[in-house]
Amino acid sequence: MTAEERRSPLAAFADRFDAAAKSGNLRLTDLPFRTQLNLRVDTGGGVAAGLEAALGVPLPAEPNTVSATTAGSGDLTVTWLGPDEWLVLGPPDLAQEPLHRAVQEAAGDQHVSLVDVSAQRTTLLVAGPRARDLLAHGCGLDLHPSVFGPGRCAQTMLARAQVVLVAQPDGFHVLVRASFAAYLAEWLLDAATEYL
Amino acid sequence: MLLIPCPWCGPRDETEFHYGGQAHVAYPGNPAALSDEEWARYLFFRDNPKGAFAERWNHSAGCRRWFNAVRDTADNEIRAVYRTGEPRPVTA
Repeated sequence: MTAEERRSPLAAFADRFDAAAKSGNLRLTDLPFRTQLNLRVDTGGGVAAGLEAALGVPLPAEPNTVSATTAGSGDLTVTWLGPDEWLVLGPPDLAQEPLHRAVQEAAGDQHVSLVDVSAQRTTLLVAGPRARDLLAHGCGLDLHPSVFGPGRCAQTMLARAQVVLVAQPDGFHVLVRASFAAYLAEWLLDAATEYL
Repeated sequence: MLLIPCPWCGPRDETEFHYGGQAHVAYPGNPAALSDEEWARYLFFRDNPKGAFAERWNHSAGCRRWFNAVRDTADNEIRAVYRTGEPRPVTA
């Protein structure tokens, strides 16, 4: 598919997001087409160090944490999804081919899978002073910065939709299934009424 | 709502989990040798205690891992959680 044909699942919300930002309390921003790679590997096999070198980012071992780099292969963030599962996040134009090759070489004869799942989820940035309050309307997690500050991530439910939350210095990246994105955007805009 | 402490992700709402029934039900060593009644007992017959009950849960909206929990069926308190493959901890 060419770049001209790609359309963000949240493209139709651009105007309403802009209008919501006028209050200064909230900033909803569509960050479409970000590269997402699902990495599955059993780190017990001693292959982790090689993979970390290939990716240029350590694989976070502690549950619900992220590690990031801006050096090496590019602007990569690795979020913990499970004890043997990580989500590698990068910019939309990330060159995947060298990454796949490097991971394959590092894996040797071990079982490692690196799968492009960029089309599964789209990214929504929820930022601003009331971002935490807005998400708290539909999320059971403690999102206080002392508990869920930068460097933390979580797979959880937001307004009954499965999401991956990644804490950012100024808010949260909400990774939501493309088919749920419009629903979640509607829900967030509705929940945000009192802050606008 | 129950607050279930996933052994990987920490305490999460019950709605993030799926129930998996009684834990530690061993698959028969030689299923072909079982009579219909024994097979039916393996498939369908489960303990139904009042008190501590070891059961399987899946954190389906989170890390998607199976784990075991000891839940008190009388007061719904989760007494312990432990990862698959670990022995059942001793609970009061």
